[in-house]
Amino acid sequence: MEKRVVFQSKWLPYALLAPQIVVTVIFFFWPAAQAVYYSFLVQDAFGTSSQFVWFQNFTELFHDGRYVESFKVTVLFSTLVAVSGLAISLLLATAADRVVRGAMAYKTLLIWPYAVAPAIAGVLWAFLFAPSIGIVTYLLKKMGIDWNWIINSEQAMLLVVIAAVWKQISYNFLFFLAGLQSIPRALMEAAAIDGASPTRRFWTIVFPLLSPTTFFLLVVNIVYAFFDTFGVIDATTQGGPAASTQILVYKVYHDGVKAADLGSSSAQSVILMLIVITLTVVQFRFVEKKVQY
Amino acid sequence: MADIKLSGVRKTYANKVQVIHGVDVAIADGEFIVIVGPSGCGKSTLLRMIAGLEPITEGEIAIGGKRVNNVEPKDRNIAMVFQNYALYPHMTVYDNMAYGLRIRSLSKADIETRVQRAAKILELGPLLQRKPRELSGGQRQRVAMGRAIVREPAAFLFDEPLSNLDAKLRVQMRLEIQKLHRELRTTSIFVTHDQVEAMTLADRMIVMNAGVVEQIGRPIEVYENPASLFVAGFIGSPAMNFIPGQRSGDDVEVGEGVRVPLPAELRAAAPQAITVGVRPEHFVASGGGGPVFKLKVDTVEALGADSMLHCAFGGASLVVRVDGHATPEPGSPVPVSAMAGKLYFFDSTSGRRLRP
Repeated sequence: MEKRVVFQSKWLPYALLAPQIVVTVIFFFWPAAQAVYYSFLVQDAFGTSSQFVWFQNFTELFHDGRYVESFKVTVLFSTLVAVSGLAISLLLATAADRVVRGAMAYKTLLIWPYAVAPAIAGVLWAFLFAPSIGIVTYLLKKMGIDWNWIINSEQAMLLVVIAAVWKQISYNFLFFLAGLQSIPRALMEAAAIDGASPTRRFWTIVFPLLSPTTFFLLVVNIVYAFFDTFGVIDATTQGGPAASTQILVYKVYHDGVKAADLGSSSAQSVILMLIVITLTVVQFRFVEKKVQY
Repeated sequence: MADIKLSGVRKTYANKVQVIHGVDVAIADGEFIVIVGPSGCGKSTLLRMIAGLEPITEGEIAIGGKRVNNVEPKDRNIAMVFQNYALYPHMTVYDNMAYGLRIRSLSKADIETRVQRAAKILELGPLLQRKPRELSGGQRQRVAMGRAIVREPAAFLFDEPLSNLDAKLRVQMRLEIQKLHRELRTTSIFVTHDQVEAMTLADRMIVMNAGVVEQIGRPIEVYENPASLFVAGFIGSPAMNFIPGQRSGDDVEVGEGVRVPLPAELRAAAPQAITVGVRPEHFVASGGGGPVFKLKVDTVEALGADSMLHCAFGGASLVVRVDGHATPEPGSPVPVSAMAGKLYFFDSTSGRRLRP
């Protein structure tokens, strides 16, 4: 017996798919194609004429010290976000997996930040850490720490990392918790009888068994840090001070919208597109095969 | 090697539900004990309490003369084989067996010797570099046992280790466990719901029901001398026939005009409601010496060597075991007599066996 649903009509399946296809084409493929097209153009200052220049925009980018600097900032930022985000989430998930009383309450509270929009998360943290009125700033000052991320680039980086990580912890937490709960209890008991201490059990049994989850989250978090943190940065440091928190995606916006260099901005978008494509391919290839036990 | 002693062991969960109602048993060094009972009777919980995976609410457990109530599982010097094997999926067979030894910081050479020896006993030699997922059920079972053996513990605890195997493999592994115990002579506690495993493996078996120990004894003792209706019905396959009856004078009236004479030594203390138990193999065509039952065959289960006749008697159904070559047709009458010395009498209310 045919188990699939077979449409008799020729056009109905396409009609049903149409909304999704239309959305994808208008909001993804078309802008992407536009970006690729513009990346080969140079416009004059007033946008009245443009010239086809092949890869000139790209070669200029790689000779531009500020772009290379932005690349470094992005690598540092995403490493910090991914590593600290994963570490904190794993710690929280391990703790939540252990508690018996009130487990639901902890889990619910830990999932809440995910519902907050990135820009709002950014504003929230910017307020908490605001150099003049922030409550954390006040407390830090009492402890003798001079906090001013508007002029201190390390503190600015720290602030955007905190805001970005806080936003992503919920997501990581959920996956880690599910991963932990899928490890059979008998395995832990067998290891306990074999003599392994809780710490040793974690590093020799739990952590290796979680590796597919960890790898998946690592890629997701890198993608997140690369692309989805625009709101966080725009609401707090806006790339400053002195471009010390200007990650690639923010630079695309800055160069395209503020500096009106459409060609260079588009070229940067194309490079980002290539990066996300690579990450996705890595994701699919390795999650399926390599990181398995 | 060690003896294990349980005294007054009870288990109550936080919600006040008591699941183990006081277990007392002394297990000798080197003995093979099988705890058998239906699912939910508390047998696995009891085993896990011995292993240290469940806290003991009341009573005392001693291994090798040392009270272990508050001793961590790792320090009880026991090894456990789990129902689903609980092999570490990301480690090779070798590493699975070596894991516990590495934690105990044995020398590399020592680990190698022990693992190789266990692998030889269990014929795991060619599989040492494989991962658990590349093994069959029987092989995984063997690795789980290997992991227990290399530790050279004071006792092995088996938690229904054969129930995930197919019927043929189960018989084979049962024999291997028997052989292994003959060679190693390590005190073993084996939990199962399968009375055949209990009968074949045990030096002594503990029959449990609803958190209570019903009977402890050598398998044949328990089979021939069940202490209660529960034990009589649980041990032996097919199960013992129970015919409820009423006492009338020196006989028990079981319906259809059949009177079963009550043995003289039981008469003094016998209650009114009595259940008579007869094993299927204790019905004979003639000359049993006991009461005669005029039965009619309902259905026949032909097993080859012998056949089970399911016969209507009163409101109940009785099972009679006959030679497989002389099986009567369904519908035909079979007059059988019960063997005189092989009748069991139980108090219908309490379920206890009537004793002189």
